[in-house]
Amino acid sequence: MSIWEYANPKKFMGWTRPVLPWLWALAVACIVTALVWGFFFTPDDYKQGSTVKIIYIHVPSAMIAINAWFMMLITSLVWIVRRHHVSVLAAKAAAPVGAAMTVIALFTGAVWGEPMWGTWWAWDPRLTSFLVLFLFYLGYMALWAAIEDADTAADLTSVLCLVGSVFAVLSRYAAIFWNQGLHQGSSVFRAGRPDSVAEVFYLPLMLSIAGFILLFLALVLMRTRTEIRLRRASALEARMRSA
Amino acid sequence: MPQLGKYAPEVLSAYAVCIAVLVVLVAASWWRARQSAARLERVEKETGRG
Repeated sequence: MSIWEYANPKKFMGWTRPVLPWLWALAVACIVTALVWGFFFTPDDYKQGSTVKIIYIHVPSAMIAINAWFMMLITSLVWIVRRHHVSVLAAKAAAPVGAAMTVIALFTGAVWGEPMWGTWWAWDPRLTSFLVLFLFYLGYMALWAAIEDADTAADLTSVLCLVGSVFAVLSRYAAIFWNQGLHQGSSVFRAGRPDSVAEVFYLPLMLSIAGFILLFLALVLMRTRTEIRLRRASALEARMRSA
Repeated sequence: MPQLGKYAPEVLSAYAVCIAVLVVLVAASWWRARQSAARLERVEKETGRG
């Protein structure tokens, strides 16, 4: 069986229905365990004090904010090339989730930055590209809402998604491209290196990242099912009107 | 409750905003899913294409 058959709306509704409760349960279990572990049972950092506890929400939300846009890029490309409706509806479904994660990452970054850097905000490459990514999320959702014809909206938002990918890449790699600014480089996936996260913080952080990924998947699948239902309802209503 | 020291407002506000945003996101998605299911059911009944 081809993988594309899973993108058939009827099949998609069929296989996601039994999967969703498991995804929700796993996501909630991972996030609650990770946040309770990180908040109550990990020590303060010798330099950052208790603000290190923000890592368990800042890093996972920032990772999802960036990777949600990459997921939207892939599904938008599938729409442009193969005209699979479910793929572009998945991109539409992921946008509010990505935008919410961007808000969390920006806010937690600001409240973490103020005591550590002495400022809530700086026009640092990574922070600035992240803010622009947030504006792209808003623009993407506004474009969907502004265009009545679903296929035209899908085409235009897919093109916008391609353009916005530049800022998703910049958000991910800005700290490497520009060796300047306040935001540090990646220290999470560098096991064994001196600039990596200590193990006492690493394990709850990995669990939190896993929980946020599962939550993202659960939300996107649920929201895609919603978009499929709304599309079918609109099609049936249009057929009823023209009959 | 852990001793958060002088950074308590920063840490607590970060967690509060994160949890609030996630709860609103999940609640809004769930509410919209229910609305869409009800709308589709109604339209399918009207058109006889259930």
